[in-house]
Amino acid sequence: MKTCIELRQDYQQGGFKLTERVEEMLAKIEAGKHLNAFIQVYADDARQRAAEIDARRDAGEKLGRLAGLFIALKDNMCMAGKRVTCASRILDNFISPYDATVVRKIQDADGIIIGKTNLDEFAMGSSTENSAHGPARHPMNPDYVAGGSSGGSAIAVAAGMTDIALGSDTGGSIRQPAALCGVVGLKPGYGRVSRYGLVAYASSLDQIGPFGKTVSDAALMLEVISGGDSNDATSAHVPVPAFSGYLDTTEKMKFGMPAEFFGDGLDDEIRAAIEALARRLEDAGHTVTKVKLPLTEFAISTYYIIATAEASSNLGRYDGVRYGHRTENAENLESMYVNTRSEGFGPAVKRRIMLGTYVLSSGYYDAYYRKAQQVRNLIKQEYDQAMEAVDVLLTPTTPGPAFRLGERLSDPLKMYLSDIYTVTANLAGIGAISIPLAKTENGFPIGVQLLASSFKEIRLLQAAQAVENLAE
Amino acid sequence: MKYEAVIGLEVHAQLLTESKVFCGSSAEFGGDPNSKTDPVVLGMPGVLPVLNTRAVEYIIRMGLATHCSIAPFSRFARKHYFYPDLPKGYQISQFELPFCSNGHVDVNTEARGQQRIGITRIHLEEDAGKSIHDTAIAGHDSLVDLNRSGVALIEIVSEPDIRSAEEAGQYLAKLKQLVTYLEICDGNMEEGSLRCDANISIRPVGDAEFGVKTEVKNMNSFRNVERAIAYEIERQTNIVESGGRIVQETLLWDANVNTVRSMRSKEEAHDYRYFPEPDIPPLNISEEWVDSIRAALPELPEAKQARFVQNYQLPEYNAEVLTATRSLADYFEKTAADCQDKKLASNWIMSDVLRVLNDTKTDISEFSISPEALAELLNLISDKTISAKIGKTVFEEMLESGGSPRKIVEAKGLMQISDAGALEKIIDEIIENSPSQVEQYRAGKEKIFTYFIGQVMKETRGKANPATVNEILREKLKGA
Repeated sequence: MKTCIELRQDYQQGGFKLTERVEEMLAKIEAGKHLNAFIQVYADDARQRAAEIDARRDAGEKLGRLAGLFIALKDNMCMAGKRVTCASRILDNFISPYDATVVRKIQDADGIIIGKTNLDEFAMGSSTENSAHGPARHPMNPDYVAGGSSGGSAIAVAAGMTDIALGSDTGGSIRQPAALCGVVGLKPGYGRVSRYGLVAYASSLDQIGPFGKTVSDAALMLEVISGGDSNDATSAHVPVPAFSGYLDTTEKMKFGMPAEFFGDGLDDEIRAAIEALARRLEDAGHTVTKVKLPLTEFAISTYYIIATAEASSNLGRYDGVRYGHRTENAENLESMYVNTRSEGFGPAVKRRIMLGTYVLSSGYYDAYYRKAQQVRNLIKQEYDQAMEAVDVLLTPTTPGPAFRLGERLSDPLKMYLSDIYTVTANLAGIGAISIPLAKTENGFPIGVQLLASSFKEIRLLQAAQAVENLAE
Repeated sequence: MKYEAVIGLEVHAQLLTESKVFCGSSAEFGGDPNSKTDPVVLGMPGVLPVLNTRAVEYIIRMGLATHCSIAPFSRFARKHYFYPDLPKGYQISQFELPFCSNGHVDVNTEARGQQRIGITRIHLEEDAGKSIHDTAIAGHDSLVDLNRSGVALIEIVSEPDIRSAEEAGQYLAKLKQLVTYLEICDGNMEEGSLRCDANISIRPVGDAEFGVKTEVKNMNSFRNVERAIAYEIERQTNIVESGGRIVQETLLWDANVNTVRSMRSKEEAHDYRYFPEPDIPPLNISEEWVDSIRAALPELPEAKQARFVQNYQLPEYNAEVLTATRSLADYFEKTAADCQDKKLASNWIMSDVLRVLNDTKTDISEFSISPEALAELLNLISDKTISAKIGKTVFEEMLESGGSPRKIVEAKGLMQISDAGALEKIIDEIIENSPSQVEQYRAGKEKIFTYFIGQVMKETRGKANPATVNEILREKLKGA
């Protein structure tokens, strides 16, 4: 298997034509249609772009860092002239008039956007079952979920329908499906990648990040999409190194294993795989120590208060007035709002809007939202302290491997617990990555998660590379 | 029992920033409906607000001019409610940590003399769009125009320190004067760039506790603010005096029929679900920045008034009138700079110039006579080239033709006759032709003296120097 950097070199040296490779990609997408990974496929656009880039290459022009590669976007990112559905009925016919910052950066780097992938409605979910376009299915067994909410992107990379995909991660929505599908998924630190053009779920937690087959693929994409943006006041104006050039190192690193991530509820096979990895890391000369993160037990409740509060606010704009779905069934303004939103949103989204509205209500704000913000600050401090002693934290990505379709749909709490190991990185605003580590007895992938302080992506990626080198 | 009113005002002022407060769209008033919009204004999926720092500079100007503390750390909050002219389902406003707090302005009131009105807070927010329900335009539908949506707005919240409709008017006028001096808002209530809501309650005189308040909205002129408040005070007083109780509610002033009607009760009040705006990081406002804004503030009305009294030896009243607006004060100062008699400039501007502006409903900035031309006219009077009376004629001519005063005087031969020889000749003739009047005068009827002045002026078509005429007449009429 070639990495994206190798593919790019191969392409630049005339090893293949994009006009031919685009057909291979489209054929794979077609062959994997039953997985329901894509909501939109831009076959004609991709063919045209392929021809253009081929012509520029043949003319000897200097090409961008993604030349030769295909990219898929989660369908909650805006691209001018294209629908952005968020897998919701409420945005059914909405066409974005503008490009997300990441889209512009990909196009400037000569990446070809081949389509947009399936997700849980408005990125709310952990299985890509809450989609108005039907559930996405695990590439190894279509009776199983691919994880979520960026399930379509994970499948697209795992099944070779694209080289790289972008997802968004609010509480684990990149890392969890990456772990379940056996690919690399990276959530950068908050502010690293502009959110302009990413349809907001929870603004203070959302972050765009890449899926790739390898750590180096993810690193390459990160260096293309990172950087401060005048359209996003929360983006960080911090220099962006060429991450993919720093991966190989002989330096020995310090890994910290928080005991709280290895307690009850963790699947035995995953525990064993990570403990085995720890031993191999030590054998390779790295240090693995135990660390304590006692606030972890509050993470899920803190996360669900903040995420739902922000979601209830962010989704207020879908009111049927200016764009998207509007009910046919309205007698007055009030019923227009109520029916538009009742028809347009699915149950998982409604549940979050109601929760979020409740925690922000007068009389409950202090008990819920304010308290959650205070806990969030403490979690941040706890991570800062833990990171003083180690380079990266080493944890499972998920409590278990891929589960059956429909298994957790009726049990939201159990579904929420799928994110138990991932939400803290969003609360603390730090970077985290999931790397394929091993397989279960049934052949489903197991992922391992690494976390590092914000803007320490070089160290995070070096550690990830070391883990990848030692994976089974 | 006697009752007093307790009034607090919430005043919204649209800032004169070129672009909107959270995006690059034009903030200019008017234009085709929805022509001043972009994805951010329309609240499209995925867009983010980016703060216009000029708006922050403007609100800090206002905070400094009203003696507020400027917060070193400030942040925005989302205020939620559903309405078609509010694209995102929330307004970006401020809740905790507004930019300015704890200020005041002083107003001169007729009933209570100088009063200090406290300012609780001034915060920055975005304006909403406009819903159009007029059937002539919208038919049976309602239409939404989002041109105004996202225009920078400051809300100035007063303490409940106001006691009458008149004081409310004075306070509002003071705020309008400040925002226009600071050049952060055009202060136009009719176009809605300055808007006012009032919280009103009454209580027995001497009581420290507040009564139940109502909020009155939709008062879109200075006159309506005073009328609506006076109406509401009377309404509440009548209710209480007839044994009733005030209900807490929001009322709309209807200027067509001079009454209020209920908009919503306390039970229907919105729960705005404020929470900190996650898309805009909290702002640190450095002392250096505040200092530089302070240093660049224009001279404010009170300081200007004091300086006019000091530098031009004007009475307090004249200084107050002339500093009412910055452009009027500038006009006076430019005129006075070229004028020998500063007091004369003050008098002319206050009477003649303001009369014309009032009659023609124009602003001094559009006045056709330049300060330089006015000064030239006044100097002709001061150096006795023309009389004050002829000055008025020349002034009217300048308004009409726009010519220079000296040229008008020359062309029309309006130069004052101060030559004693020439005047003596005319006066001799008049005396000769008016034997009975001379007799009456000499018999002690002093009042008839004005008859002779009138005759001289008639003869000279007003050009005679009145002082010289006076002197010669007195002498001649004494008789031999």
